[in-house]
Amino acid sequence: MLYIFCPHCGSRSQNEFAYGGDATVKRPELNKEISDQDWDNFVYLRKSPRGKHLELWHHISGCRQWIKVERDTSTHEIFKTYKADELTE
Amino acid sequence: MSQDFRLDNIGMVNRNKKISFTFNGKKYFGYEGDTIASALIANGVHLVGRSFKYHRPRGFFGVGVDEPYAILQLERNNERDPNIRATEQEIFEGLEVKSVNCWPSVSFDIGAINNFLKMFFPAGFYYKTFMWPPSFWYKIYEPFIRMAAGFGEASIKHDKERYEHKYEYCDLLITGSGPSGLASAYAAAKNGARVILAEDKPRYGGSLLTSDVNIGNQTGVEWSEKIITELKSMSNVIVKNRSQVFGYYDHNMLVMSERIGDHLPKTQKYLPKQRLWYIRAKEVLISSGSIERPLVFGNNDTPGVMLSSAAKEYMKVYGVLVGKKPLIFTNNDSGYETAIEFKKNGVNPLILDTRKEPSSDIINEAKNLGIEIKFSYVVVAAKGYKKVKSADIAKISDNKKDLSNIENIECDCICVSGFWTPSIHLASQSGNKSEFNEKIDAFIPKKSKQKENTIGSANGKFTLEETINEAFDKGYEVSNKITENNNKVSIPTVVEKKSTDHDKFWCVPLPKGKSYKRFLDFQNDVAVTDIELALREGFRSIEHVKRYTTLGMATDQGKTSNLNGLQLVSDIENKVVPQVGHTTFRPPYTPVSIGAIVGREVGKHSKPTRKSPMHEWHEKNNAVFVDAGVWLRPRYYKQGNETLFEASKREAKNVRKNVGVCDVTTLGKIDVKGPDAAEFLNRVYTNAWLKLPVGKARYGVMLREDGIVMDDGTTTRISENHYHMTTTTAQAANVLSHLEYYLQLVWPELNVNVVSTTEQWAGAAIAGPNSRALLMKLFPNTDVSNEGLPFMGYKEADLFGIPAKIYRISFSGELAYEVNVESDFGNFMWEKIIEVGKEFQIQPYGTEALSTLRIEMGHVAGSELDGRTIPHDASLEGLVSKKKDFIGKRSLSRSAFTKPDREKIVGVVPLDKTTSIPEGSYIVKDPKAKLPNPKLGHVSASCWSVEYDNPFSLAIIKDGKNMIGQKLFAMSPLKNKTIPVEIVSSHYVDPEGKRVRA
Ligand SMILES: [Zn+2]
Repeated sequence: MLYIFCPHCGSRSQNEFAYGGDATVKRPELNKEISDQDWDNFVYLRKSPRGKHLELWHHISGCRQWIKVERDTSTHEIFKTYKADELTE
Repeated sequence: MSQDFRLDNIGMVNRNKKISFTFNGKKYFGYEGDTIASALIANGVHLVGRSFKYHRPRGFFGVGVDEPYAILQLERNNERDPNIRATEQEIFEGLEVKSVNCWPSVSFDIGAINNFLKMFFPAGFYYKTFMWPPSFWYKIYEPFIRMAAGFGEASIKHDKERYEHKYEYCDLLITGSGPSGLASAYAAAKNGARVILAEDKPRYGGSLLTSDVNIGNQTGVEWSEKIITELKSMSNVIVKNRSQVFGYYDHNMLVMSERIGDHLPKTQKYLPKQRLWYIRAKEVLISSGSIERPLVFGNNDTPGVMLSSAAKEYMKVYGVLVGKKPLIFTNNDSGYETAIEFKKNGVNPLILDTRKEPSSDIINEAKNLGIEIKFSYVVVAAKGYKKVKSADIAKISDNKKDLSNIENIECDCICVSGFWTPSIHLASQSGNKSEFNEKIDAFIPKKSKQKENTIGSANGKFTLEETINEAFDKGYEVSNKITENNNKVSIPTVVEKKSTDHDKFWCVPLPKGKSYKRFLDFQNDVAVTDIELALREGFRSIEHVKRYTTLGMATDQGKTSNLNGLQLVSDIENKVVPQVGHTTFRPPYTPVSIGAIVGREVGKHSKPTRKSPMHEWHEKNNAVFVDAGVWLRPRYYKQGNETLFEASKREAKNVRKNVGVCDVTTLGKIDVKGPDAAEFLNRVYTNAWLKLPVGKARYGVMLREDGIVMDDGTTTRISENHYHMTTTTAQAANVLSHLEYYLQLVWPELNVNVVSTTEQWAGAAIAGPNSRALLMKLFPNTDVSNEGLPFMGYKEADLFGIPAKIYRISFSGELAYEVNVESDFGNFMWEKIIEVGKEFQIQPYGTEALSTLRIEMGHVAGSELDGRTIPHDASLEGLVSKKKDFIGKRSLSRSAFTKPDREKIVGVVPLDKTTSIPEGSYIVKDPKAKLPNPKLGHVSASCWSVEYDNPFSLAIIKDGKNMIGQKLFAMSPLKNKTIPVEIVSSHYVDPEGKRVRA
């Protein structure tokens, strides 16, 4: 079970969190023209990298903040965690 | 009563406390501190079971967790417990155990015929034999295998015992209290670290309990007692016996099972039987020791053949002799310790040493004691069926290939030592890739992936001096990293007998003309020939060989068999062991009871039950409840002998005719506050929200980004920057996470806060033509006229002194209101509504009537918004704004969602107006079409229309808009029904929506 450092609460067990997928995906801006292809990429297409992955976790049984976690998908090593509005490296 | 094999002056059992127990119905006694194994051996019992495949007699092979043979079934307190290792289970007064895998009895077992048919049971037998014809599986193969296989029978009764889970955090977890565990725990604890020391056995000390050594001028036993006593007295240390750390998971999470009540006749009051510890450790020291390896020879599974270290432990810990004419068969010095122990207890052993001319302190000591030793000698085969009676022994050539001077000698046990295998299971589970150490012919951990170090013999350190030094250093080093303290304790001096290297020999060749079975895996009956066959048949990967032969796949996970199996594969393949590699170790290290894994999450604890504040009233008024997620909701209120169908019809009719009241507390409620709340709702919902005035509610639909409807509900503008959102009961949690996602990550610039208020409000829906009249009586000081409180209006009012909120919204399609009060006043509100409503013929209604009302009105709910529908499909396209953008809007223009024959919701009425259509039925054009019959869609919800008194269903079907008026068929293959139906509008009752606005 992962041990995730919530920037708001401290280190907490994985079972307090819900996984939220790739954190690098940016929602297209509202009211802007976008091609079918680009929209499909946003809605459906995700990479499944082996290694470093910046991902979202929701501290659902804690502070209810969405945070970003930089995790190695093969070793589960967590390098760094960020607040939702923090810039990632 | 004397015991033939009990020694008088040795052992740690409590001779003052006799304990009686039964084994296979026969009464025996032992002493407090005995295991089933030690007590049975003391009574001369060696036959305890039958092997898995050949049903060969089984005795005791080890003395702990590695035991492959002595697996019994325990009866305690009328509970059955299978898979109990006799070598671990301590006896208690009244204990009942019996053998498994034998029928009709352990000494006469019919299945043993397999032993004589063994040419028919080669490796892969099950794969090869039970393949064809498939129909034979259920009738012949499976019942046969089920009857013949298996270790014990699980109880099918409810387990009355209590099991608990515990979460613990520490600086350092140490697994095993042998010399390395004790020394490292002591060094780390003295340096201020918070330490947990776990020992799987009842007694602490590990190998110190049985080895003849000296630490700091004390015997090993004295030293371990001193250290444990001191550790127990320290507030920063938790010491646990009977506790097995069995799993090493990510981020240094380890799981340990503590057996608290298993050794007692009855679990103590206030204590669980077992406790599962989830331990998050900053650092871990694995000091799990090593397990002696067997030597392989003919019939080496005969009862009486056992590990030499086990024989020694039975003497030193339990005061029990495993035999009176022991043969010691060894390839290293460990066997000598056992021989010397026999000699000290008045028994003359014979040592067969595979080595040619070894010399060491301990060999000299054995010689001086007058113990007979034969060098370059091996056991060729054990003789005897239910117990060793003699052994064929032989001289072995220097190249270890040829046998000579074969002779038969009498003996009653054969104690084998093939050197030691480090227990690297936990390290391996943590991700540590092990490496093969040629010096010890075994794998040791290599580089840690997690914060873990392996020490002592688990790390291949087989001298006590090395072990103690390493452990003290590691304990200090690791604790210093965490506490930054510098309190170093001095390392005691160690005295032990010097020993020599082991002989790499491990498998005795077969003499000419003999075909003895030589077993590698004792629990799964895997012999040398099975591995040879698997390799001949082309299996190469050790993982495949394992699965094909079942080597190491039994409940002991090959603790004693793995390395010999690898040795054999590498010998045949002319490879070295590291090239063959070992199979992956996975948790649990030892079997864990299901009860411990489940913990307190049994019965009602498996999920919490949520009840509305009015729950007691519902109970008192004969409500029949239904699970709605974790909520309990009244399904209907039973009057007399009414059925569900009758009651829900009565309740629904009363809503249409008079007035009804329904508990809607379970609806999700979210407060949306902030200056940008309107803008936010405008982006979340498909319809327009910017112009909703204060005091007005609006129905809204929200989508996921892929255009699928996520949820619907009404949201009311309470004040300028404050909205009260409602969600469906099922989606409440998801909607909140969804809103938080957009506010925190996508549009952080919006100044809005959301918080769940579901639990804060109790809700009652009052619906029916009499509802306004009732409201006027409930709120005499508030104008609830159609002008004062129009459809979709909102008012705050006073309910007999209690502040209440009235929303004029309707799910039933009738004139209706929802009244909310703070939860604590929920029951007061409900009772007032019922009391005042009497004169208007009010009746409470449950979810079944609620469904009927919404279905015949064509209002969609979860069965239509099922995660596959877009607004169009549910006839909600009128709520989709063309002017503004919102979550999921772009997806709605994808080609699949704009097809002209896109699915749409319709109403379905059976032509005979009497046959109810099962939910889930297909709608088809031709019921007799060739299969697969092309389906137009499915029936999502069915009810008995109380308005028209005939069945009515909703369905989502292809090109639904143009299907209205058509005569089709509803088919339910599940219920074997084909019903001719007519497609009608989904708005079956009051299609103009006059009633809600009345
Ligand atoms: Zn948090």
